[in-house]
Amino acid sequence: MADLTTTFCGITSPNPFWLASAPPTDKEYNVRRAFEAGWGGVVWKTLGEEGPPIVNVNGPRYGAIWGADRRLLGLNNIELITDRPLEVNLAEMTRVKKDWPDRALIASLMVPVNEDSWKAILDRVLETGCDGVELNFGCPHGMSERGMGSAVGQVPEYVQQVTEWCKKHSDLPVMVKLTPNIADIRKPAQAAKDGGADAVSLINTINSITSVDLDLFAPEPTIDGKGAHGGYCGPAVKPIALNMVAEISRSPSLQGLPISGIGGVTTWRDAAEFMALGAGNVQVCTAAMTYGFKIVQEMISGLGQYMDEKGFASTADLVGRAVPNCSDWQHLNLNYVTKARIDQDACIKCGRCYAACEDTSHQAISMSQDRTFEVIDAECVACNLCVNVCPVEGCITMEELSTGTVDERTGKVVEGEYVNWTTHPNNPGACAAE
Amino acid sequence: MTNSPMTPGVAPARLAPEDLSANFADLHPPLDDHEALVAADRCYFCHDAPCIAACPTGIDIPLFIRQIATGTPEAAAKTILDRNILGGMCARVCPTETLCEEACVRELAEGKPVSIGQLQRYATDTLMAAGVHPFTRATPTGKRVAVVGAGPAGLSCAHRLAMKGHDVELFDARPKGGGLNEYGIAAYKSVNDFAGSEVEWLMQIGGVTLHTGKALGRDLGLEALKSDYDAVFLGMGLAGVNALGAEGEDKEGVLDAVNFIADLRQTDDLSALPVGRNVVVIGGGMTAIDAAVQSKLLGAQNVTILYRRSRAEMPASRFEQDLAAAKGVRLVFNARPVRITGNGRAQGLEAEYTVSGPDGLTGTGETFTLPADQVLKAIGQTLDGVPEGLKIEGGKIAVSGAGRTGVAGIWAGGDCAQGGEDLTVAAVAEGRDAAEDIHQTLMGG
Repeated sequence: MADLTTTFCGITSPNPFWLASAPPTDKEYNVRRAFEAGWGGVVWKTLGEEGPPIVNVNGPRYGAIWGADRRLLGLNNIELITDRPLEVNLAEMTRVKKDWPDRALIASLMVPVNEDSWKAILDRVLETGCDGVELNFGCPHGMSERGMGSAVGQVPEYVQQVTEWCKKHSDLPVMVKLTPNIADIRKPAQAAKDGGADAVSLINTINSITSVDLDLFAPEPTIDGKGAHGGYCGPAVKPIALNMVAEISRSPSLQGLPISGIGGVTTWRDAAEFMALGAGNVQVCTAAMTYGFKIVQEMISGLGQYMDEKGFASTADLVGRAVPNCSDWQHLNLNYVTKARIDQDACIKCGRCYAACEDTSHQAISMSQDRTFEVIDAECVACNLCVNVCPVEGCITMEELSTGTVDERTGKVVEGEYVNWTTHPNNPGACAAE
Repeated sequence: MTNSPMTPGVAPARLAPEDLSANFADLHPPLDDHEALVAADRCYFCHDAPCIAACPTGIDIPLFIRQIATGTPEAAAKTILDRNILGGMCARVCPTETLCEEACVRELAEGKPVSIGQLQRYATDTLMAAGVHPFTRATPTGKRVAVVGAGPAGLSCAHRLAMKGHDVELFDARPKGGGLNEYGIAAYKSVNDFAGSEVEWLMQIGGVTLHTGKALGRDLGLEALKSDYDAVFLGMGLAGVNALGAEGEDKEGVLDAVNFIADLRQTDDLSALPVGRNVVVIGGGMTAIDAAVQSKLLGAQNVTILYRRSRAEMPASRFEQDLAAAKGVRLVFNARPVRITGNGRAQGLEAEYTVSGPDGLTGTGETFTLPADQVLKAIGQTLDGVPEGLKIEGGKIAVSGAGRTGVAGIWAGGDCAQGGEDLTVAAVAEGRDAAEDIHQTLMGG
């Protein structure tokens, strides 16, 4: 099987699957279990300043949304950074790193925005023998009210400033964890890079209220009748995270900045997608919290099989492979014409494609007395909704019309030539092609 | 316990009371909340769903399942009962495997339909357990309607008429309402006197007065009903039983399966019910299956169903056939009874194999004998005491449209009337539709 050994901003681990800084990495006991299960690295639960540790609420810390059969799709938390004394965490990290030298151990840090505080914590962390630090500029709840976490991550100047301090006071690789609660992810990423960061990791959790208790009229999770927004994560946030990773990957000024991909990674396939969009490795939390540490074994076998099938010798062969294909809408080929095709043998006649198309789209699917559903090419705009609502995978597909055939909807011959909006006659700002 | 399955002849208490009690427990235990959510999750909410078309009462199945999935089983029950006021019983007795669940697209997709019947029961049980009757009567119309027969057709008709504001007098020949729900369905499909509770719940609509012990032709005359009421609905079912036409049919131990089932349904003590060591059931419908399975559950050692045609032609569904086989009933196809042997009481049944050919069903001449202390006849029921003036076709009251008999002011539905399958759910649909037609007619709408 392919060698999954991955070197990420100078840190080598036996595979690209790290556990993100979160409850699963809060204690020596958990982290040892994680390494025994096969995780390539761990970002320890965020450490705060020396002194009395923070406290957590004593009611529910998590809220969730579920899909069919109560499959957990999204998790929200209002937990803060570690609530254990700094000394305890440092001692445990030291012991674990000593026993597991081949695994990555990263210290996640969050202290107030002043140079002394950062210097002090960095000095302490160095003693543990950890491989690098991650600056937690992401947590959107609790700590942000105290001017830390996402309160820093939302101000590029602060991001750059703190990164500079960390580079100045430590030789360790510095990774900056970004908050998605911002309009343009490239701005804090740029600030991190300008501050000398060795890598960025993203996304941290998204501001969220998972649900409302309709008897108490209070947001969930509810603490004594009140709720505060939390940070959202899990499979539901993956599309948002993928886009943010891609935005950084394809930004010319951010070229070469290593990315640790985070956000809903649940299977090897999710991990491969993040990596294809430029993530050098991935960090996982919700999937482990849902199923336990053993899931990494499926991730290892799945990614290995995929790499073998693709002939990739190392994970580096995969990283960034999809980035050149991340484009802007205006550059998409308007001469690429497809039509939906329904495999009648696979069709189970549920009619969801028909309802979706007839009620909410383009009336491009016909229904016969015997419930045969067929695409009307003259109406089909190839929106893909029927594919998405069909319960049978592969039953409806999009077929490309070959060059020279007539698109029955427009009556025009499909041309082989690539054209896009920038030169389209309907575009008021179009510039004539030379 | 003195008797066992091997006790010769016909004897009660072949099994210990606890075994009898376990044998006659709910065939399909109800879904709990979690199971219902998991089952409801599987529904695809199909467009113009095939399951709706397959339901004789046209229940909006995807809607009620979605209502369960979103935590409102009471609303789901309302959706069901709006189309089928006996939705609770139908959830228990419908051959869903040949109706909604056969049509379910997941049956096509993976051979495993959504558990529609079980979900329907979950919804209706929830509402009925809360003691809620979700319908109210319209403003009284002053019209009076006589409904003859308090079985599924009559109950459905009476309820719908009462809802429309009419006053209904409901007559039944038996001591209790419910019809075949009360007297004719296997006990393990309607435990805890569900049939009786359902009738009670249904009557909460108000405006319906039930008169039991009143049979048409004996205590009631059609002409009198016609002149005393604004309309009459006939839903008295099939009270007669077909004759076997085999020698020795008069011997002791030869019973009508419907009576055997009725006794079983009405008993307070299963240990008191006598059953043969060797039981042979003649017939191929649901009654045959119900009688055979229950004989076995009562402790008969050997139970055989004798059906004159092939398995493929058997009216009982494959599910019911397999249920019988699983309980230890032997199914013999392509064989018909020739004579019942025994000195005064049945001891054996001589049968002949049959073949289907161009001349119909013929005997092959090859015979065999089964030991038979009891022979249960389940070869169909007949219309008993046809009221004068009504047209009969195929042994049933001829109807057109929504149960119109051709005689002004008289409607008919359920098993006594032409058309539709003889199923509870079909009777409910016929009663309901006749009520709507009666309402239209009476109100001149």
